[in-house]
Amino acid sequence: MTELTDLTIAEARAALDKKEFSAKELAEAHLGAIEAANGALNAYVLATPDQALAMAARSDERLANGEAGALEGIPLGIKDLFCTQGVPTTACSHILEGFTPTYESTVTQNLWNAGAVMLGKLNNDEFAMGSSNETSYFGPAANPWRREGSDAKLVPGGSSGGSAAAVAARLCMGATATDTGGSIRQPAAITGTVGIKPTYGRCSRWGIVAFASSLDQAGPIARDVRDAGLLLNAMASFDPKDTTSVDRAVPDYTAELDAGVKGLTIGVPKEYRIEGLRPEIAALWDKGVEWLKAAGANIVEVSLPHTKYALPSYYIIAPAEASSNLARYDGVRYGLRVEGEDVTSMYENTREAGFGAEVKRRILIGTYVLSAGYYDAYYLKAQKVRTLIKRDFDTAFESCDAILAPATPSPAFAMGEKTGDPLEMYLNDIFTVTVNMAGLPGISVPAGLSSEGTPLGLQVIGRPFDEATMLRAGRAIEIAAGPLARPEDWWSKAA
Amino acid sequence: MSVDRATVHRIAKLARIAITEEEAAKLEGELSGILDWVAQLDEVDTADVPPMTRVEDVTIRMREDKVTDGDIADDIVANAPEADDHYFVVPKIVE
Repeated sequence: MTELTDLTIAEARAALDKKEFSAKELAEAHLGAIEAANGALNAYVLATPDQALAMAARSDERLANGEAGALEGIPLGIKDLFCTQGVPTTACSHILEGFTPTYESTVTQNLWNAGAVMLGKLNNDEFAMGSSNETSYFGPAANPWRREGSDAKLVPGGSSGGSAAAVAARLCMGATATDTGGSIRQPAAITGTVGIKPTYGRCSRWGIVAFASSLDQAGPIARDVRDAGLLLNAMASFDPKDTTSVDRAVPDYTAELDAGVKGLTIGVPKEYRIEGLRPEIAALWDKGVEWLKAAGANIVEVSLPHTKYALPSYYIIAPAEASSNLARYDGVRYGLRVEGEDVTSMYENTREAGFGAEVKRRILIGTYVLSAGYYDAYYLKAQKVRTLIKRDFDTAFESCDAILAPATPSPAFAMGEKTGDPLEMYLNDIFTVTVNMAGLPGISVPAGLSSEGTPLGLQVIGRPFDEATMLRAGRAIEIAAGPLARPEDWWSKAA
Repeated sequence: MSVDRATVHRIAKLARIAITEEEAAKLEGELSGILDWVAQLDEVDTADVPPMTRVEDVTIRMREDKVTDGDIADDIVANAPEADDHYFVVPKIVE
């Protein structure tokens, strides 16, 4: 018998219509899985069982009354970066501990409007700053996957590490996530899940704790391409409350999934074949090219000459915007306050105690590059380089419909392995960050296992607002790669 | 370009983050490392390149100039560490 938690969203949604089980039973199955697993995985920072069961009961009513929405009764996990009304939202930072929003983010509201059920809030790197979930104030989430023959805990990636771990371990059917430099695609790739970073402006940023506003974008993590598309259908909208939200109709992202890639031209960017590229990553990428070619796509080499400058310019722009966005945490309006002799020392003590080391590092870098005399040399220079990165993509898309690239430079690494050197951690985003800099959509799809027996993903990059074509290519990779082996359940304590 | 200890203290002051001498010593190396690494952008000729201001070529929307929200003072102070009658309470600023 298939466990309820093993179903895809599409399967579960169809079964709910046929009354094979109730939304309440589906929610209970997931709440049970969370209860059994969270001690080992730490994917959830807060489970909300009462809310889940109340929402599921309403879903059952709507299912009975024929008023069911597209995601009716589907249990989801929500990254703790999304404000949820009446439910604590911390961005996994001490400085926001206990903050309980009096409003709901647009993306989560869209999901509830479609009938989805909230299981709880998911772990992430503090303020989404990290690539391993190890900067979370609530401790790291663990990857359900482990290296063959080893029981050392691996990181689930980051910043949306809790989202990816929960989806991979069947602790929710799908999850919300956010991606500023790779925070959806990198964790998805190294946990064997599918992650979509939509075009900038596709999903509203309203009610999402801000990190770097010109780069932040919400998206889904799910277990297959169709499920990710179903979630994006509901998450995407035009929202007047976000001035960067784009007023364009939201298509059905699943409508053309199975149209295949016959006749599409897929670009392969030569600059992504970086020096020191791991042979198994290069081999996987080559395999992806062969798969798409075999499925009827036309393959062309494209050039993105400024690729190597994307990460260094990102580490000017993102910290600069972060230092500005995080100025609001001052111990006055919400969150932590640590008293001082006067108002300035109250600010300084609050921020000293409330922020973790990586967040402080980025605020300080950002403050430095924006400070008097340095603005032109750093921030303005980085924004000019960003223009060049965008132009590279514009030129490439004149000769192709989508781009195929690796998602990450390596499979999942062990906890503590890369925390010593910030720069080494930053390099995790080398293949994903270009997409944020240019505002493009990107998807990471599981494509195979590493020599260590852990998942690897391939990334498809689309034209602006052409998520549909990108998903078609993603689906073609998914079909060619076939079903991925599953991690053995070492995390559930006996019921 | 490297940052020295005095610069670390200066930017920490600007950022309103109290740091210990020990933290400053560590940050001196870390921040210098990051800034030295981003200095590779100097290789790129950006003489005639405009800085990016928006990723999408759309003009920003203007909304109608009218009040669309309000009367939520309770909500606004609900999470304040200290509030009194819809005011945020802060340490004394003016003697």
